[in-house]
Amino acid sequence: MLAENTPKQAVFKAAKAIWRSFPILLGAMLLVSLANTLIPKATYSYLFFKNAILDSFIGSAIGSVLAGNPITSYVIGGELLTQGISLTAVTAFVVAWVTVGIVQLPAESILLGKRFAITRNIAAFLFSIIVAIITTAIMGII
Amino acid sequence: MRKSEKSRTGWYFLLIVIAVYIIAGIIKPEAVLPSLKFLGGIFLKIWWVFLLVFALLAVLNYYVKPKHVYKYLGKSSGAKGWLMAIIGGIISTGPIYMWYPLLNELQKHGTRNGLIAAFLYNRAIKPALLPLLIFYFGLTYTIILTIVMIIMSVIQGIIVEKIMEARK
Repeated sequence: MLAENTPKQAVFKAAKAIWRSFPILLGAMLLVSLANTLIPKATYSYLFFKNAILDSFIGSAIGSVLAGNPITSYVIGGELLTQGISLTAVTAFVVAWVTVGIVQLPAESILLGKRFAITRNIAAFLFSIIVAIITTAIMGII
Repeated sequence: MRKSEKSRTGWYFLLIVIAVYIIAGIIKPEAVLPSLKFLGGIFLKIWWVFLLVFALLAVLNYYVKPKHVYKYLGKSSGAKGWLMAIIGGIISTGPIYMWYPLLNELQKHGTRNGLIAAFLYNRAIKPALLPLLIFYFGLTYTIILTIVMIIMSVIQGIIVEKIMEARK
């Protein structure tokens, strides 16, 4: 493979790209931290109606707004299951937690394009519900 | 958007977030310090991902030419491109936003939007976290969810790509 840049130029360009992204990354991390602090985890179960279809939509919506380590979504998801929330709703919640990023949307829009970010997040939101329905349907068959 | 405007957009965004913190500090002052502590925790956990992304960017700038990206991740990349996006998404670590700069560079070099969408979707599958998912939801559920997500990531990628192309 032939090099397009000298090693020095390649490192300089990488540093420049990181610096260009720095305020966006810092802003996204600040928003994630604030959302994580302001929304107590115990309140999530009150947002569900114990209706599988409606709860899937709610689960996906909550998962889309929240952000953070997937481990947190597993822990909350596990707790929701014990409180009688359907597996479809919990799956939609867990999947949307990682695949949809409302908090990160401004950062994604700036770096990857507004049209792409909005299209991808809407598609990921709908797909989190589809994935949840298919997964629980297969679980039901097995 | 002009280049100078685009480079300033990030700083405007950061200023808006700082303003949100100031408002939060006025309405709920007790939330600000825990948020900043949480931020410190994130930094401690992901500093090495920063270095990894920086190294990958440098390697990308040194070795990869647009024609290579077109070949492996461009329009004619085919099944190989999807496979690379799936594997890349699964093995990538750290928060999703850490990967935006690298994806931005790949996008500029001609990577298909569908592959970027599939990469971001597959970030939901984390091999290191699978034992925890199994612990909470069981092995059968974990296997089914993982397979369904991988298949859906490709379908979602194709749909995103078609929508992006249709809007051009």
